[in-house]
Amino acid sequence: MNSDSSTGPSRASARRAFEERRRRRSLAIAATSTVVFVGLVALLVPRMPRWDRVKQSFFSGEQFADSFPRLLDAFVLDLKIFAWSVPIILGFGMLVALTRVSRNPALFPIRALCVVYVDLMRGVPVLLWIYLIGFGVPGLGLDRPWNSPLLWGTVALCVTYSSYVSEVFRAGIEGVHESQRAAARSLGLTHGQTLRLVVIPQAVRRVVPPLMNDLVSLQKDVALVSLIGPIEILRQAGIDKSKFANFTPYVVAAVIFLCVTIPLTRTADWLLARERRRTGGTRVAA
Amino acid sequence: MTAQLSIRNVHKSFGSNDVLRGISLDVPRGSVVAFIGASGSGKSTLLRCINLLEPIDDGEIVLDGVDISAPGFDANVARRDVGLVFQSYNLFPHMNVLRNITLALTHATGITRPDAEATAIDLLDRFGLADKARAYPEQLSGGQQQRVAIIRAVALRPSVLLLDEVTAALDPQLVGEVLDLIAELRTSGMTMLMATHEMNFARDVADTVCFLHEGAIHEMGRPEDILDSPREERTQAFLARTMRR
Ligand SMILES: Nc1ncnc2c1ncn2[C@@H]1O[C@H](COP(=O)(O)OP(=O)(O)OP(=O)(O)O)[C@@H](O)[C@H]1O
Ligand SMILES: [Mg+2]
Repeated sequence: MNSDSSTGPSRASARRAFEERRRRRSLAIAATSTVVFVGLVALLVPRMPRWDRVKQSFFSGEQFADSFPRLLDAFVLDLKIFAWSVPIILGFGMLVALTRVSRNPALFPIRALCVVYVDLMRGVPVLLWIYLIGFGVPGLGLDRPWNSPLLWGTVALCVTYSSYVSEVFRAGIEGVHESQRAAARSLGLTHGQTLRLVVIPQAVRRVVPPLMNDLVSLQKDVALVSLIGPIEILRQAGIDKSKFANFTPYVVAAVIFLCVTIPLTRTADWLLARERRRTGGTRVAA
Repeated sequence: MTAQLSIRNVHKSFGSNDVLRGISLDVPRGSVVAFIGASGSGKSTLLRCINLLEPIDDGEIVLDGVDISAPGFDANVARRDVGLVFQSYNLFPHMNVLRNITLALTHATGITRPDAEATAIDLLDRFGLADKARAYPEQLSGGQQQRVAIIRAVALRPSVLLLDEVTAALDPQLVGEVLDLIAELRTSGMTMLMATHEMNFARDVADTVCFLHEGAIHEMGRPEDILDSPREERTQAFLARTMRR
């Protein structure tokens, strides 16, 4: 059994050298293939028969500079809708999840209602709910400000996304092992305390990554509200496109979206990695 | 002397599976009872029933003169007096050691957080884990986790402590530190009921050994009598099987 320690140092350094060689090699391969790929794209795309026209109508520098400030302004509305929706969605989603996992007989009718609600919301495209709620409710003839399509479009986003998020939370809650509840109850904590102090915190930690995925989707789907009226970035881009007969505003909008969604996804990855380091353990898949 | 804990004719079944078939036992204050028996004989179920994690079908569990199993009795209150430690530790992974110990103190007994932390630090100190107060469970060895789990139960000052195969999940070299802690608790007068397969440990710390067979106490008595010269055939067979390993 002593052979390990006697051959240790030399074997360790040989292993390090081997790892180092392997790392360099894969780095070199990655660099080469990237250069080749980018080179091919740069070489071939401009040779496409219509490239000049596409470049003019999608990647016009002038048009970009002209549209950018206007679209950025319009994007503030998207951010506002997003910021309003997130806490509502998280809160309502958690409430639905808790109702569905509760075993309280008094809640039976509400539990049944939640099942129907989640099925309805998940089974129909978001866009359709935005049309149905966003046009339908103001159509009831409510007074201002209750007849605003912006308001009801946002409500539609909230109710659909709450259903997605409630399913994520539910999976997280059910993923907390029964033995954790048993431990908490055995110490004299009540059912409610067990849920609040032991189960929900662990469930939420587990579901941060899939939750962030849903929030990234939400950030993009906010633009769908534009289809029932409010002038946010996507609609403003459409207006610009028609006015200047140029598609560059859409590219501008895409770039602006990416500026928000990429940091969001990176944050999700980072949170996940940090959580792994801190507590390890299994996680609910996205 | 009257018993601190009386288990009277306790029955428990899961569906058609009669797991406990009339268990009766009196446990005097400060004494240690070891339950031995084959897998599935009902050791864990009995301990979970005494902690009221499982409702019993028939019988009574009387603690300090109070029938805690009576319908309508507040189980949350009873559980504070009956500590239960699990084979798999079951520490809360999202809380550090200190919070694991103080959580029930602050939320179930209403002690203030500073007082609870003082209690926890005292206990950690006494059992050589003071430097782990801020560590998270996954940063501890199995033996340390199980000691923390025992401390977590002891911190509530229970009348009795139930230990369910608390060394079964541990590497052999970590068993000793946990057994030492239990031996020390015994010295301090803690009443304990433990399911175990550590026969030598049962011999050393237990006042009474109960051999469970198919949900009934088949034979019980002083450790040396049960472990060295069992009268019942089934006990002999069980011990022969266990000792051979
Ligand atoms: N929650 C439950 N639901 C259904 N059956 C159960 C449940 N818990 C235990 N049982 C059954 O009760 C019987 C006794 O199990 P128990 O865990 O008490 O045995 P044990 O003596 O602790 O065994 P081991 O030495 O393997 O831990 C087994 O047949 C088991 O399948
Ligand atoms: Mg068991």
